[in-house]
Amino acid sequence: MDRTQTGTNAPSRAAVVIYILTASIALVGLTEATYLAVLAFTGETAVCGGSEGCFQVLGSAYAKIGRLPVAAFGAAAYFTVFALATFSAFGYGKARKFLAITISLMFLFTLWLLGVQAFLLHAFCRYCLVSAAMVFLLTGLLVATPPASPTSS
Amino acid sequence: MKRYLPFIIVAVVAVMTVTGATVLYRAKRPTLAVVARDRSPEAADSLHTLGPADASVTLEEFGDFQCPPCGALSEPLNELSRDFPKLRINFRHFPLAMHQHANEAALAAEAAGLQGHFWKMHDLLYHERATWSQAPDARKLFYAYAAMIRCNVDRFKKDMVSEQVNARVQADRQEGSKLGVTNTPTIFINNKPVPPASLNPKDLRVAVEEAMKTAKLPTAK
Repeated sequence: MDRTQTGTNAPSRAAVVIYILTASIALVGLTEATYLAVLAFTGETAVCGGSEGCFQVLGSAYAKIGRLPVAAFGAAAYFTVFALATFSAFGYGKARKFLAITISLMFLFTLWLLGVQAFLLHAFCRYCLVSAAMVFLLTGLLVATPPASPTSS
Repeated sequence: MKRYLPFIIVAVVAVMTVTGATVLYRAKRPTLAVVARDRSPEAADSLHTLGPADASVTLEEFGDFQCPPCGALSEPLNELSRDFPKLRINFRHFPLAMHQHANEAALAAEAAGLQGHFWKMHDLLYHERATWSQAPDARKLFYAYAAMIRCNVDRFKKDMVSEQVNARVQADRQEGSKLGVTNTPTIFINNKPVPPASLNPKDLRVAVEEAMKTAKLPTAK
């Protein structure tokens, strides 16, 4: 990825701070999602060890997409956000667009997961709620990011 | 250098994530021993069993009555017992310390067992788990359950606090610890531990069917 080829310019200082915050939150989310994905792969979410709410949520059919745990997709999404925020902070313009798209998709998926917990499972897992809070923070930061100057793509 | 810095940062985080996940996976991976085949008669006597003594496949569960996943597997295991005439199911207590009333529930099941009603109490405890696990004094509910399954309640009350009943629960717990059991449910099929990821009705049925095929005996009715 070449910054000149992507037609970018350096982001403002405020934008850089926001991208650094975004990357930091994504790192926390990546840690949590990776932990949950490992628990799912070892089967620990299928046995007793955590709270009842967590078992009901993480042990449910909604906690998997195919054979893979949702947490694995979450880890991939957080890693993508971390990478794109890092590139954005270094002035890669296309990364900003993909960052906005990725966070928007995560926000929508988080709403779906919260709906599943509230209305279908009638149980909440604290890990999922922490992750939802982080996605909401990421969304807030995305909204707060100053728009790129007209010369940037 | 600055041009490559974001690539380096992202690559470092990727490597750290994969490494951390691998280390965690290895640490969390269950390490269960294969059950010794030459069990002593005393150990066999302490088992609560469903199914014939000459069964070709034996499924042994270490369970905790206050554990939600154990409760979720209770009825599917009963179904397996009904569907496979050559399957023997053993239940052993492994009440986890994190569950406030689990040990008392195990004592209640054993006390009912002394009157020949272990499995009735077993099923009732799992069925009513959400109620008694939240109760400040679960023991009163256990007395009520004993009456419901037609136990002699006075005798049940005495047995629940007896050394005999406590010893049976502790013997199961020690047996589990020896085998490396740390979580519930932990299930062995023909002495082999079932991976935690397969502790669901569908995978357990498949595992029993495969064990039946290996034994070359009739499977489901």
